Amino acid sequence: MKEINELVLPEDLKYTDQHEWAGAGEVVAVGVTDYAQDQLGDIVFVELPEVGDTFDKGDECATLESVKAVSEMYSPVSGEVVEVNEELEDEPGLINQDSYTKGWIFKIKVSDAGELDSLMDKAAYLEMLEGSK
Amino acid sequence: MHYIPHTKQDVESMLAAIGAKSEDEIFKGIPSELRRKNELNLPEPETEWKIMDRMKDLASDMTPSSDHMVFMGAGSYYHNIPSVVPYLVSRSEFTTAYTPYQPEVSQGTLQAIYEYQTLTSRLLGMDLANASMYDGASALAEALLMSLRVKKKMKKVAVSMAVNPQYRKVVETYFAPTEFEIVYLPYDENGKTDLSKIKDEEGFAGVAVQSPNFFGVVEDNEEVSKFCKEKKSLFISCFSEAFAFGLYKPAGLYDADIVCGEGQSMGIPQSFGGPGLGMFAAKSKYMRSMPGRLCGQTLDKDGNRGFVLTISTREQHIRREKATSNICSNQGLCATTSAVFMSCLGKNGLKAVSKLNYDKAVYLKNSLTELGFEEKFSGSPIFNEFVLKAPSGFDEVWNKLCEKGIVAGLPLGKEYSELEGCYLFCATEASRKDNMDELLKLIKNGGELNA
Repeated sequence: MKEINELVLPEDLKYTDQHEWAGAGEVVAVGVTDYAQDQLGDIVFVELPEVGDTFDKGDECATLESVKAVSEMYSPVSGEVVEVNEELEDEPGLINQDSYTKGWIFKIKVSDAGELDSLMDKAAYLEMLEGSK
Repeated sequence: MHYIPHTKQDVESMLAAIGAKSEDEIFKGIPSELRRKNELNLPEPETEWKIMDRMKDLASDMTPSSDHMVFMGAGSYYHNIPSVVPYLVSRSEFTTAYTPYQPEVSQGTLQAIYEYQTLTSRLLGMDLANASMYDGASALAEALLMSLRVKKKMKKVAVSMAVNPQYRKVVETYFAPTEFEIVYLPYDENGKTDLSKIKDEEGFAGVAVQSPNFFGVVEDNEEVSKFCKEKKSLFISCFSEAFAFGLYKPAGLYDADIVCGEGQSMGIPQSFGGPGLGMFAAKSKYMRSMPGRLCGQTLDKDGNRGFVLTISTREQHIRREKATSNICSNQGLCATTSAVFMSCLGKNGLKAVSKLNYDKAVYLKNSLTELGFEEKFSGSPIFNEFVLKAPSGFDEVWNKLCEKGIVAGLPLGKEYSELEGCYLFCATEASRKDNMDELLKLIKNGGELNA
């Protein structure tokens, strides 16, 4: 397990209390944080949403299976899925390698930009992680 | 397996170890209104010989197929079981109802289940099979629920009326508390499932067809498979007579998504209707949506072959309410039995015995039609069962034969009112020719030996 100061948490992303991240813009990439992939361990299977699926903020949108457990991913924002990372079907371990670049999970067209603003920035997310320790 | 009760000393030392004064104290966490106050209403103890007598009395009430002439299948079949099967399976190491969690103490059981899975996948022409389910009916119900997990947006399934009526009842029980809808598909004049009822309808997660179906008719799997592809539904093929796949191609070879059914024919005695064996196989891409347990082969740290329960993360004990299914166990001993049976027969043995089933069924069918019975679904391919419309007055003969310990088919009017006067007959490799000839003679003589 990584120590909190070892976690990779890019400055330009937004974070949720369920350990998802979201990028910026009208269509944003989303995924799980370095903390989440580290806690889950080796990810062996990802059940992706389908392009065209619509989610409200907080809806279950994907399932990550590691050798230890199966976890749900919750959509950080409301919107419509416009692209999914199909490479994860053959190589789910990309999430462990780099959960922010190769390990993105899907792209969503944000229906309410305000939701994105209300997510945590790096500092707030770090504070939450330290609090939960 | 031994039953060794605790002695008074055992109980006292255990109580002392946990610091409890009495057995009652252990249960004090359970609210008193939930605890039994009076003693169980049990008869007094009896001598061993008296209990044996009582058991014999009870057993003599039953009608074992081996002592009778049963020309009925309808989901439970009388087949020969080579002596080597009960001999091997009665080894005490196999005697457990429990699915083995611990690979370090269960290699033998795990390997037996793994072999069962391999044999079952090959029999059904599928990528992989699970460690078994309770019976054919629960396997079908789980298959339909699985199709709804795979096709998340769809809320209904289609089930053929030519599926065993008891399976359909179990499916209805499984579906009763859900929001999902079951649409029934009628059968046509050939005794095959008529898909035209839903030809203009979409949104079925799964379409379930049995083959050979309840009427013994082999369905047109190619057509069903094509239909399911067009509708983007999972093709669920079920069966109650696994021996059919020694003669007919299993649905796996018609690109079925799930093949499931009753494995009782594979070495398990009829035993008063149960326990059975739910065989369940699917395409590998649906592995993670499958219900039940899976045994896998792996290597230990020294590189030796070993067996474990695999992909357990989808199961109830880890995933709780989000588990793929609430089935967390299997028919371990029955699965092992059928693995031994299938290994005994081998591919050629299975084919030879299947051919015998077919030949005897055809002999019985042709002989009965000479006596005035009419083929209800003539022209449709059969395996070891077939439906005949009986000549008038046969119901009386049927009753007379029953009194003589002969079951001359299953009257279908109770389950299918439109088939009043029709009977579902069955002959297997275990149906002797002299017995069939005796049946024919009796029917000819109106149920009497000398008319």
